[in-house]
Amino acid sequence: MYRTHIMVCGVAGCASNKSFKIVEELNKQLTERGLNGEVKVITTGCFGLCAKGPIVVIYPDGTLYHSVKAEDVTDILEQHVLGGKPVERLLYKEQNGTVVNSLKDTEFMKKQIHLALRNCGVIDPENIEEYIGRDGYQALAKVLTQMTPQDVIDVVLASGLRGRGGAGFPTGLKWKFAKASEGPVKYVCCNADEGDPGAFMDRSVLEGDPHVVIEAMAIAAYAIGSNQGYVYVRAEYPVAVQRLQLAIDQAKQYGLLGKNIFGTGFDFDLEIRLGAGAFVCGEETALMTSIEGKRGEPRPRPPFPAIKGLFAKPTILNNVETYANIPQIILKGAEWFSSIGTEKSKGTKVFALGGKITNTGLVEVPMGTTLREVLFEIGGGIPNGKKFKAAQTGGPSGGCIPAQHLDIPIDYDNLISIGSMMGSGGLIVMDEDNCMVDIAKFFLEFTVDESCGKCTPCRIGNKRLLELLTKVTEGTATLEDLDKMEQLCYYIKANSLCGLGQTAPNPVLSTLRYFKDEYIAHVVDKKCPAGVCKKLLKYSIDKEACIGCGMCAKKCPAEAISRTDYTAPGHKLASMAIDNEKCVKCGACMSTCKFGAVKKG
Amino acid sequence: MKQKIAIPFDGTPEQEKQLRAVLAELKSVPGGLMPALQKAQGIYGYLPKEVMIIIAEEMSVPLSEVYGVATFYAQFSLTPKGKYQIGLCLGTACYVKGSGEIYNELVKLLGIESGGVTPDKMFSLDATRCLGCCGLAPVMSINGEVYGNLTVKSVADIIEKYRQLEG
Repeated sequence: MYRTHIMVCGVAGCASNKSFKIVEELNKQLTERGLNGEVKVITTGCFGLCAKGPIVVIYPDGTLYHSVKAEDVTDILEQHVLGGKPVERLLYKEQNGTVVNSLKDTEFMKKQIHLALRNCGVIDPENIEEYIGRDGYQALAKVLTQMTPQDVIDVVLASGLRGRGGAGFPTGLKWKFAKASEGPVKYVCCNADEGDPGAFMDRSVLEGDPHVVIEAMAIAAYAIGSNQGYVYVRAEYPVAVQRLQLAIDQAKQYGLLGKNIFGTGFDFDLEIRLGAGAFVCGEETALMTSIEGKRGEPRPRPPFPAIKGLFAKPTILNNVETYANIPQIILKGAEWFSSIGTEKSKGTKVFALGGKITNTGLVEVPMGTTLREVLFEIGGGIPNGKKFKAAQTGGPSGGCIPAQHLDIPIDYDNLISIGSMMGSGGLIVMDEDNCMVDIAKFFLEFTVDESCGKCTPCRIGNKRLLELLTKVTEGTATLEDLDKMEQLCYYIKANSLCGLGQTAPNPVLSTLRYFKDEYIAHVVDKKCPAGVCKKLLKYSIDKEACIGCGMCAKKCPAEAISRTDYTAPGHKLASMAIDNEKCVKCGACMSTCKFGAVKKG
Repeated sequence: MKQKIAIPFDGTPEQEKQLRAVLAELKSVPGGLMPALQKAQGIYGYLPKEVMIIIAEEMSVPLSEVYGVATFYAQFSLTPKGKYQIGLCLGTACYVKGSGEIYNELVKLLGIESGGVTPDKMFSLDATRCLGCCGLAPVMSINGEVYGNLTVKSVADIIEKYRQLEG
């Protein structure tokens, strides 16, 4: 038995911030001090507070330390572990300055409920016994020994669980269709090809709690009558792949995967397939084509995968976060699960908070939490005193939500009704410095790049849409072009083959809907109000504020700045001016000027 | 500005032996072509034509299909990478925090665009999708080492550091 456990986040942002060095240093010092029989260091999954990483939590007291470096290890061991006093300078502080001792007491955690993330940051993901110690594989045992496949499907249906990967299709219904499909060979697949730029919840589950996915897939396999599963993971997530493989090997060793599981005669095997960087492979039929080793192009539906999926056999595909909810639903029951959330969206949703927000990181909240609560209470608001402009959900398939909808309870149907969508859970915040036309263009460039090219509306339509959008950002568009864009958007949505094309115009449509004035400013006034679109930018020097030091002229790569013959009252040197014919709009003058004399607009 | 340089194939007999051993195993696996290409890229660092021909022969699939799959996915590269592989994240969280400007700075510093390699084969640049550490945005990785909270200034310093390493 250990008297103290030191948990160090070893994934995502914390890992990139070299948290492994903290682990090395801890282990080194514990050995030197002869404490490694008393204190155990565990590399865990994500705690969620990525903005303050690397995070270290010490149990049994649950003390939270943030921004820890290897140099802090001595203090942590001497003051805290040996001396029993927390290291004040590493403790977490709220924005109002209150010091918080433990993670669960932070404003960040108060409104969160962790179901999918329940083991992340709590267990050692590389040790199956820790998962088993948290009720792991009990749901599988219950299913195999006490329930029929129909019972399982009934529970999942009754729970109201909907797919967490994007569209929100009822999970139980998917399973029911696949069960009803006759055939000796069926497949269970897991979509871990998290392609939405700015979302990393699946990565966090796989890295922090890989066994939950394995257990849930085995349960799904039993329910539909399958013996083989595939997990399709992004190759960009090497740690997730390695931990999942380790977990599969351990589960096999413990007889929880493979032949005759729990002596019930049920066989289930699991294989990892690596994605290779194609966003369209997040679409279910494209993902299956990719597992078959081909170009990941989608197929027309019907036939739906539940009838004819992977290798032309009945197949179900669920996302990582969806699976992560299954074992708890089996153990605690459908009623428990459906008591959380809103009428039509049950349970919780994990969001990856990013962009212009104080607490970037992972949060899991009950469905029905308002966007305001997520952004301003949990997320800590917009940094640097800037004004909130929009939140973007659903990635390249979703839309931007403006300030007027901040109080809408987040669930699948509400987000659709305001022109966005749940998507996989990326939640990117934009402030007044972001240009909404530029953001729409960013997403469209992404989808144009990722369109597989199979169907014409998506391949050519989005390209034309991007050209129109580019005209707007360059100030050469007309008001007529805006109408053309809108028409084209609806055409692409109605005629594309798969989800990628059907949703690609959403960022354009939603920004046109809520930020039309910004589009009009670009088109009519030839101005970018946020000062982002380069072609519309104009730098100038305020001659009264300029002290004439000439630093800007030195930095200018285009020699566009020269001295005027005007000297402002109180200054000794003549002020500078920019020749807009020569200016390349790099902004070097503005970042150089210490007197705020360079203006953009 | 994009530079494409033809680099002669310099695969060794050991690499070929390794490749053929991998292919022998994957030949019978359903959907084994993607894993085969991934392993091959792991062995050679990229997928030259010579290697794709071996894969086509061993797996009994047309070369056109091998090429089709290799060019569909962003992860596969048909040209060699630099000694230092720079991946700049252009995911949404990074973009919102200004990684577009960082990209322009890198293009300026290195003289290559995304997908390119410098003539001395020292640096290659790729604009990548989300690297999954949005808390540090904007980020780039150089040979797996992650650099976060980048600014136009710090990115120049980092490149300079690598250049000095090489004298």
